[in-house]
Amino acid sequence: MKYMLMFVSDEALDRQARPEEIQKGYEAIGKWWGEHAAAGRILDGQELKSTKTATTIRKNDGKVTVTDGPFIESKEALGGFAIIDVPDLDAAIELAKGWPVLQTIEIRPLVESRDDSNTPKDTR
Amino acid sequence: MRLTKLLGDFDLAEELVQDAIVTALEHWPRDGIPDAPGAWLLTVARRKGIDRLRREARYQRKLALLEEAPPAVTTYTDERLDLIFTCCHPALGRDAQVALTLRSVVGLTTAEIARAFLVPEPTLAQRIVRAKRKIVEANISLRRPDVSELPERLGQVLAVLYLVFNEGYLSSGPERATRRDLAEEAGWLTSLIARAVPDEPEVLGLLALMRLHIARSDVRFDDRGRMVLLKDQDRSRWDRGRIADAIRLIERAGAMRRPGPYQLQAAIAALHAEAPSWSATDWPQILRLYDELLAMTSSPVVALNRAIALREVAGPEAALREVERLADDLDRYHLFHATRAELLRDLGRGEEARAADRRALELTENPAERALLAERIATAST
Repeated sequence: MKYMLMFVSDEALDRQARPEEIQKGYEAIGKWWGEHAAAGRILDGQELKSTKTATTIRKNDGKVTVTDGPFIESKEALGGFAIIDVPDLDAAIELAKGWPVLQTIEIRPLVESRDDSNTPKDTR
Repeated sequence: MRLTKLLGDFDLAEELVQDAIVTALEHWPRDGIPDAPGAWLLTVARRKGIDRLRREARYQRKLALLEEAPPAVTTYTDERLDLIFTCCHPALGRDAQVALTLRSVVGLTTAEIARAFLVPEPTLAQRIVRAKRKIVEANISLRRPDVSELPERLGQVLAVLYLVFNEGYLSSGPERATRRDLAEEAGWLTSLIARAVPDEPEVLGLLALMRLHIARSDVRFDDRGRMVLLKDQDRSRWDRGRIADAIRLIERAGAMRRPGPYQLQAAIAALHAEAPSWSATDWPQILRLYDELLAMTSSPVVALNRAIALREVAGPEAALREVERLADDLDRYHLFHATRAELLRDLGRGEEARAADRRALELTENPAERALLAERIATAST
């Protein structure tokens, strides 16, 4: 089952981090990522540039507007994502708990095209 | 629909159809709509019905077996336990955990659960359908957690069971004062978990706590259905067998040397259960246990209960000072006002006491509590 992990953080707080802290964070992430990618659990992912670089396109009643900034103004913003492939939600939670830096992580299952390994089962 | 006739239970049939529709919503977009959708639904619903009846028959048999109590770990017990952990998965909201546990593990109908929690039935049904959809769509597996996750996951399960127990022990609804059936179901499920994970002291603590409450439940109401406070209860009618049993559980848990909130609450309840009278209760020890509990939970309700012990140790004035500090947190909690009223009465401030009792009366719908408060207000005014 594929899930997306969305790494969310407070950009203002992130900017306050000291360079050596940032350096250590990236090293830890690199190690974590490498392990899970090698084991086939992480399929893809990327860090995003800050929301200062974001542009939002809205289509309403056939009208298209282009504006500066993220789609929602909030202290917390999406900073990166990973696409993972694990057996179930518990495995996804376990993986996300291991993410080595302080961040909020939202887990969302991906809508997949027909896949026989994923037929609904009786969950009562 | 013929299903009702087959099952002889409309609520059950309706629920099974709802289940079947959820299954359809999962299957049809992927596999296409079948040639005869009605027949497909009926087949699915009937199959679920047969599963359900089988399960309930087994549940009844199991219940009878457990009353006899030879501890036998069967695969069936295991299945039920996996189901409890899944229903109480932290990825589901607390309301959904409770509803799903009562629906899927205990086997209550949505109508019964809705009545127990004063929620309109469609809301409750919706809550269950949404929770089931999340289980399917986010792929929450039907299994119990790994050892590393057990304490946290067990915490979720125990919180749900205690909530169900409390709803049964002292209903928040206007119809009946207690629902012992709910309390007994919660107690039974807790004993099931205690069998399966015998080395988790908090499970034993919760089980002991429930038994101690149940041991006193017969004398909690007088013949006219009014609540009798602990202070005024006929202690000779408490169930001594159950109390002794609970104390053995507390000792077993204590020997594991990992204290927790349920064990502490059980220890407090046990001190009450062992005391020959209200005045001959070991209040200093109870106060110490409350201090420990408060350090662990920092809950304002615990602080309120601690104040009652404090009254017995240090007098009503000290207790009232503590209670007043909780006003912001507990203004919507009827027992805050009822406790405050008692302390004010102790101090001869009758007018303020009556106002506090009136506020308490506004905030509870439980008939036995209402009767008691109404009587207090009437007595104080004469």
